[in-house]
Amino acid sequence: MKRRDFIQKTAAGSALVLGGLSLSSFDDIPETKKLTILHTNDVHSHIDPFALDDPKYPNMGGAARRSTLIEQIRKEEPNVLLLDAGDVFQGTPYFNYYGGELEFKIMSMMKYDLCTMGNHDFDNGIDGFYKQLPHAKFDFVSANYDFKNTVLNGIVKPYKIFVKDGLKIGIFGLGVELNGLVNANLYKETVYRNPIEIAQDMSRILKVNEKCDLVICLSHLGFIYANEPEKISDIVLARTTKNIDLIIGGHTHTFLTKPYIEKNLDGEEVMINQVGCYGINLGRIDFTFEKGRKKLGGRTLIV
Amino acid sequence: MILSKKYNTSLLRFVLFLTITGGFTACGPEILRNTSIEGKKIPITSDYATTQSIDSFVKPYREHIDRDLDSVLAYSPETLDKSKSIGGWQTTIGNLMADVTLEKADKVFMAREHRHIDVCLLNHGGIRSIIAKGNVTARTAFEIMPFENSLIVIALKGEQMVEIANYIAKEKKPHPLAGMEIHLSKEGTVIALAVQGKPVEAGKIYNVATSDYLANGGDSMDFFKKGVKSYDLDYKLRNLFIDYFKETDTIPVIKTQRIIQDK
Repeated sequence: MKRRDFIQKTAAGSALVLGGLSLSSFDDIPETKKLTILHTNDVHSHIDPFALDDPKYPNMGGAARRSTLIEQIRKEEPNVLLLDAGDVFQGTPYFNYYGGELEFKIMSMMKYDLCTMGNHDFDNGIDGFYKQLPHAKFDFVSANYDFKNTVLNGIVKPYKIFVKDGLKIGIFGLGVELNGLVNANLYKETVYRNPIEIAQDMSRILKVNEKCDLVICLSHLGFIYANEPEKISDIVLARTTKNIDLIIGGHTHTFLTKPYIEKNLDGEEVMINQVGCYGINLGRIDFTFEKGRKKLGGRTLIV
Repeated sequence: MILSKKYNTSLLRFVLFLTITGGFTACGPEILRNTSIEGKKIPITSDYATTQSIDSFVKPYREHIDRDLDSVLAYSPETLDKSKSIGGWQTTIGNLMADVTLEKADKVFMAREHRHIDVCLLNHGGIRSIIAKGNVTARTAFEIMPFENSLIVIALKGEQMVEIANYIAKEKKPHPLAGMEIHLSKEGTVIALAVQGKPVEAGKIYNVATSDYLANGGDSMDFFKKGVKSYDLDYKLRNLFIDYFKETDTIPVIKTQRIIQDK
């Protein structure tokens, strides 16, 4: 990184001497800004930690511990967004007994900012999901589920834009095909639309029209399907779109050892992250913004 | 690991560009641009203290559920795990679930319809947890079968028995199966098929126990849509397992192969 600093300083120096521009016009832009994205996926109603003698995940996870970690990061970082990539519901008796009320209340206590819908969030029907929404103090986004003829019409929106310290962050949601995965009597009139086409529209709207500094996709499409490489997944999504900076995934319960980097349609790098399931991990992505000229381009992806 | 684009060359070119054209070109406005993205995962361990407000909120709910679920019903001598297959095509937990479901469904179906169940087919994806070695409780049943799925019997013709075998061969997943034996070639095609130990007859009716999820087209098991009749046994699969655990002392570890592939 030393070399890069040197070049940047040199570049600034040249501009000052030769361009003769007044420095005052640069003064109102701070040198750097930081944004921290924290994320979970497929928590599946796992509120308590796994038992000490659990053969797979002994003493791992737990909402009350996750909350402590999140609070710790919030104290250290000025701009934090907390996201979930779907399948909040189903997996422990908390859901069978209380229908998702606890999950939403706890996520609200942790101050989740945004969530997308997974297939299991339809497990008590679209009406069962709707019934729990008063307990959620955060929004849901899904761009490729058309809810026009359902109770979620106008409630679950395609995207949401957050402004943090002047940074504009556009986040849209994508859901997996429900047919064959969820009974039609549960998702009712929800229409599934092609995620790739929708993502192309969304990323253009957010990056070009809305001029977002960052575009994030909250996806419940699944990371990759080894037996069906053409099946729509986060990898396929990254390759066939542009203007998406980060894909936060879910559905396949993929425990990536570190975030994955894929090339998009323009040959630019896109980070994809998914942190397994059951609240065993928290994902953390730190974005650094530095003062510079637009045409310089280029950024470092560290995993 | 650091993955970076070739920004150094473009930066150098830019410096050169400024040096040459300096006096004539005003530099573009400076903006804040994203220069780095750093990602990682943080395991949630006991290193992080419990947030008291969340724990005290959950406590009364937890206590209510625990009272309901934690009485010991049976004992498992081994951990039954769906990720550990026997010959690639079955698992101890899948075998148990299919065998128990067939046996229980048969009792209800006999009492109600005076007929036997021939086959039980569930789905591998529907097994949501392990049965850990040790005490088995109602909670175990909730963990392996969290869904509110109920037991359905679909009357299918022999042709659909062949479709089931082909589906399994194509899916290459150890779906829980009982009452049926599928013999696969080395290449993975179906070469022999038996139901209740007998060759399958075209046109003959076979009663297949499954979940309402699969009967309604879940996991693309489309053959269930060709059923000539369906019977809702009004019995949740989870309750079926709880009832089985209650009447069982030690859970059997069932290693019999239902799908056998030539090597």
